[in-house]
Amino acid sequence: MISVEHLTKYYGATRAVDDVSFEIARGERAALLGPNGSGKSTLLRMVTGYFSPTGGRVVIGGVDMGAAPLAARRRVGYLPEQVSLYPELTVRRTLAFVAEVRGVRRGTRRGAVDEVIVGCGLAEVADRRVGTLSKGLRGLLRGLTGRTVLLSTHILAEASALCSRIVILDRGRLLAEDTPEGLGRRLEALGRLVVRVEGPAGEVTSALAALPGVLRVEAMPPDALPGARFVLLGPALGPVQRQIGPAVVGRGWTLLEVRAETPTLEDLFVRLVRPSGHDGGR
Amino acid sequence: MRSFVALFRKELRSYFGSPLVYLVAAAFLAYTGYYFQTDLLYFVTFGFGVNIMENFWQLLFIDIRLVFILAIPLLTMRLLAEERRLGTLELLLTYPLRDGAIVAAKLGACLVVIALLLGGTLLYPVWVYRIQPFAVTPLIAGYVGLLLFAGTCASYGLFISALTDSQVLAGFLTALPLLLLWLLSWNEAATAGATLPLMRALSLFNHFQPFSVGLIEARDVFYFLFTAGCFVWGTLRVLETRQWRGRH
Repeated sequence: MISVEHLTKYYGATRAVDDVSFEIARGERAALLGPNGSGKSTLLRMVTGYFSPTGGRVVIGGVDMGAAPLAARRRVGYLPEQVSLYPELTVRRTLAFVAEVRGVRRGTRRGAVDEVIVGCGLAEVADRRVGTLSKGLRGLLRGLTGRTVLLSTHILAEASALCSRIVILDRGRLLAEDTPEGLGRRLEALGRLVVRVEGPAGEVTSALAALPGVLRVEAMPPDALPGARFVLLGPALGPVQRQIGPAVVGRGWTLLEVRAETPTLEDLFVRLVRPSGHDGGR
Repeated sequence: MRSFVALFRKELRSYFGSPLVYLVAAAFLAYTGYYFQTDLLYFVTFGFGVNIMENFWQLLFIDIRLVFILAIPLLTMRLLAEERRLGTLELLLTYPLRDGAIVAAKLGACLVVIALLLGGTLLYPVWVYRIQPFAVTPLIAGYVGLLLFAGTCASYGLFISALTDSQVLAGFLTALPLLLLWLLSWNEAATAGATLPLMRALSLFNHFQPFSVGLIEARDVFYFLFTAGCFVWGTLRVLETRQWRGRH
């Protein structure tokens, strides 16, 4: 079980993680989801004992990371984003080193290493140096352990496919905690339309934002095609879709495209962070 | 403890799994062998075979010390800089190991290599002794002094290696001040009169002098251990900067 209690981390005056609490049950797989800079890495690094928190605490299987760091770390496996293994060691040596450093007893170590090698289909490369292997294989090697899992990602699909619960962070704060299904429902409830219009960008934005049911309008960077692109977000955009034509054409602009898209995680963040939709640009 | 042993063994394996340590060992033995031969010739020709400690072993110890200055940066430069570059430092710092155990395992493995290099030079006294027996005990002081000197240089090198992710930079920044101190030690005339006593008090080399003539003095032992301890302390502080810098 991983329990995160009122976790806070400052780097100097910068607050990276702000009073985050959640719990992952034994054997559960949870995802830590958030855009870049949301504090995922900092939080994960506190869970692994790499950073000490400024406030709050992390408890791993009943062991407080701050009070008994070695015992708590013995219960945590960590897979950083970056591929990081000692290239001069063979696959077998790497596994034996990690097993030994993490306190697997001598008598059972060889068996445990063999089990992992066979279990992960690494038998053919077991005595090759890690540095000579392809990255995919290295990734596989890194991905061996797994009991109670906390996966950090900014990809919603990945989080939904692999985990039974999703913890969402934004700017260091806990934004929401939900099942993939629950998040899916929230996403379904959110619509995303892409509209392409030839007309003055500022006026088009305000005209579209004025339509009932539109939560937010965002001007997209120009592309090679004519006209300017706008993204509309709202809880139910079906009726809005019908009003776009009259609103644009009635003002003498040219409507080039209206297309419904699957909302992205970013859109969901907009919905979660600013449900009232009263703040304009980001 | 088990985790420390695991890392210590892995560090030794990393040393002996790369060609660098063999090249350093070959160069170390070639250079010390050269000095052995020329110092012995000097002793036989100009020392008239009188007082072997002062006229031969002292010269050899001082020369071996110089070879260490060149060899140690090559042994210490990768210790932490490479972990940083590979990204393995982040993993290492989440293993059930105290920062102190990490530093001890790395410095310990480096000291084993240094001791092996020094062990290779034992051939010289054994060889001389078979031709012409001499008092052996003063030599022990010389070897203790070389170990302390090399260990202090290694802890300095480890500290520098903790500061950067570039091995080349770490090696360069380790070798540079050691060479400078060495230059100043044999060219004291170049130092201003006022700063000379300070220079002597701080110099790694002046504290080595008594060992090379067979004397183990407590203050010199203390000086080396204290200096090495300062660099180990500094290395631990550098590892700790991750807490407020937000990266390693």
